[in-house]
Amino acid sequence: MHKFLIRSFVSSLVLLFTLTVAAVAKDVKAAFVYIGPTGDHGWTYQHDVGRKAVEAAGFKTTYVEGVPESADAERVLRQLANSGHDVIFTTSFGYMNPTNKVAKEFPNVKFEHATGYKREHPNVSTYAARFYEGRTILGTIAGTMTKSNVIGYVASFPIPEVIRGINSFTLAAQKVNPNIKTKIVWAFTWYDPGKEAEAAKALIDQGADVIAQHTDSTAIVQMAEKAGVYAFGQASDMDKFAPKAVLTSVENNWGPYYVDRVKAVANGTWSQKDTWHGIGDGMVVISDLDSQMPADLRSKVKKLQADLASGKVHSFTGPIYDQKGNLMVAEGKTADDGMLAGMMTYVKGVEGDIPK
Amino acid sequence: MIIDINFIGLIIASIMASAVPLILASCGELITERSGVLNLGVEGMMIIGAISGFALMTVTGSLIIAIFGAMLAGVLISTIFAFLTQTLITNHVATGLALTIFGIGISAMIGKNFVGIPGKEFPVIFEGLKDTIPLLGPILFGHSIVFYFAFALPFITSYFLKKTKIGLIVRAVGDSPESASNQGINVRLVRYACILYGGAMSGLAGAYLSMIYTPQWIENMTGGRGWIALALVVFSTWNPIKILIGAMIFGGLTIIQFHMQAIGVRIPVQFLTALPYIVTIIVLVVISRDSRKIRLSTPSSLGKSFHKDN
Repeated sequence: MHKFLIRSFVSSLVLLFTLTVAAVAKDVKAAFVYIGPTGDHGWTYQHDVGRKAVEAAGFKTTYVEGVPESADAERVLRQLANSGHDVIFTTSFGYMNPTNKVAKEFPNVKFEHATGYKREHPNVSTYAARFYEGRTILGTIAGTMTKSNVIGYVASFPIPEVIRGINSFTLAAQKVNPNIKTKIVWAFTWYDPGKEAEAAKALIDQGADVIAQHTDSTAIVQMAEKAGVYAFGQASDMDKFAPKAVLTSVENNWGPYYVDRVKAVANGTWSQKDTWHGIGDGMVVISDLDSQMPADLRSKVKKLQADLASGKVHSFTGPIYDQKGNLMVAEGKTADDGMLAGMMTYVKGVEGDIPK
Repeated sequence: MIIDINFIGLIIASIMASAVPLILASCGELITERSGVLNLGVEGMMIIGAISGFALMTVTGSLIIAIFGAMLAGVLISTIFAFLTQTLITNHVATGLALTIFGIGISAMIGKNFVGIPGKEFPVIFEGLKDTIPLLGPILFGHSIVFYFAFALPFITSYFLKKTKIGLIVRAVGDSPESASNQGINVRLVRYACILYGGAMSGLAGAYLSMIYTPQWIENMTGGRGWIALALVVFSTWNPIKILIGAMIFGGLTIIQFHMQAIGVRIPVQFLTALPYIVTIIVLVVISRDSRKIRLSTPSSLGKSFHKDN
């Protein structure tokens, strides 16, 4: 208890000091709140790469890692808002309510919440990436490269973001190869190398020769490398972890958006926005295509990438049916953002049920 | 789905590979607990082993240095625990918990520079013999040296405790440190040694994860396996052979539930995910339900500090 008191005292002194410094300097200061450790080499790591881009652009940044999505988040946000930060990025879905609550108390601080939909106050913006566009490309590659026609997919948690990815992937794979089967295994973790590797191994043992993942670690691509099957990198370019297995990766690229928004705060042009950027805006990046892919597939993928970027092709273009055969998106139409944001049903061709 | 015999062999081999870290850490902790010391820092010692092994492998390029370095790191961090609980007579439970928190924190700090670096391939032995025997081939051959060591360890531990003089001394110290001390045994020395040995095994278990099983470093990569290892020791009633059974059931159900999902068995996934924990506990409780045997095998002075021979 003693030590705790001393520590809190020292940290409040430090806080007071930073406060004074912040009041003197006119520079814009940005803060980032992370759900995981920056050392996860996945979700949080990529946000931190974005933060470093902000730093490189000449702004001061702070970050707090491993913040639980609970009352702790509010406390951290209040502390950051109180200590002279002008813009705060909250980088996990669960920070949605704390962000809006604290935003109300600090109308002069700008809040940017990732992957949420609540903007209850004029100083709250939301942003997310259209990762499903990347999965359309992965599906196209997987459908072409598979020989066994069984594609494995290691999923994390049954939320719209993940379901949307599975659907987008399967639709694209079926388009190039109507005979494929997508086998899904739920790991119920974002981040446990051992478990992810075991899930991938189970899929490989059952005949999958291409493995896709919606969990964060590099364990899956390494397992694929060992077993001699193909895989795709998640969140960052994972090629060096499994040079033979990784055909390409879908990278989360937050840097340009972060720099943009912090600059807007500095120029006084910041306004509330709901951003959902994809390949076209560079928030979703496709890594180099592996040379093991035939040349015609590579050029096909390049073209698809360009068409997704320009909006000529949409990942969810009708006709799309759900598992029971009900029409979800009519022929010639595309799914609107509302449908995408709340997507909780599998499309036709995905096997199994969504865990409830 | 076709159930062919080699497929079963592959599944059993994956189950065994996933059980390795649990067996190593549990057998180490078993010796520590048999000497009367409860060290709840297994998770912390494992993660220190994981980062030390990975870091040494990256820096020195030598797998041998990395493996022994990870064990040494486990020894070093458990020395802190030993010094606190044996020399300064602090509470075992609190010190052990602190050790885990300390281990996770310091591993993250050291690990910052090692994130995103691919690991090296660890050599396996008898790879060529894998396809010579159906079913048994993939089970017996083509694994790392640590794998074989882990499966020998429960038997070695059992023999050590039952048949050797030092094993007897360890048990005597755990059951009645007063009588052992009266017999001229240096209780504190024995306990120090047992704690350090437990640290070495936990360190090795961590290194197995970061160097062999999933060769990479990411924060918190042990993912609670240290706690499972601790639970296995208790539910196995301090019996090394039952640890082996428990670790195999736990690893087995984790892997089989993934297979059931992939096949499309219509059981709620959440239930399948909880299955390893539930079944392992039930099985170990059932096979150890003889209360007289439990009384005999539980170290009577477990977790109690011993003051006498200061």
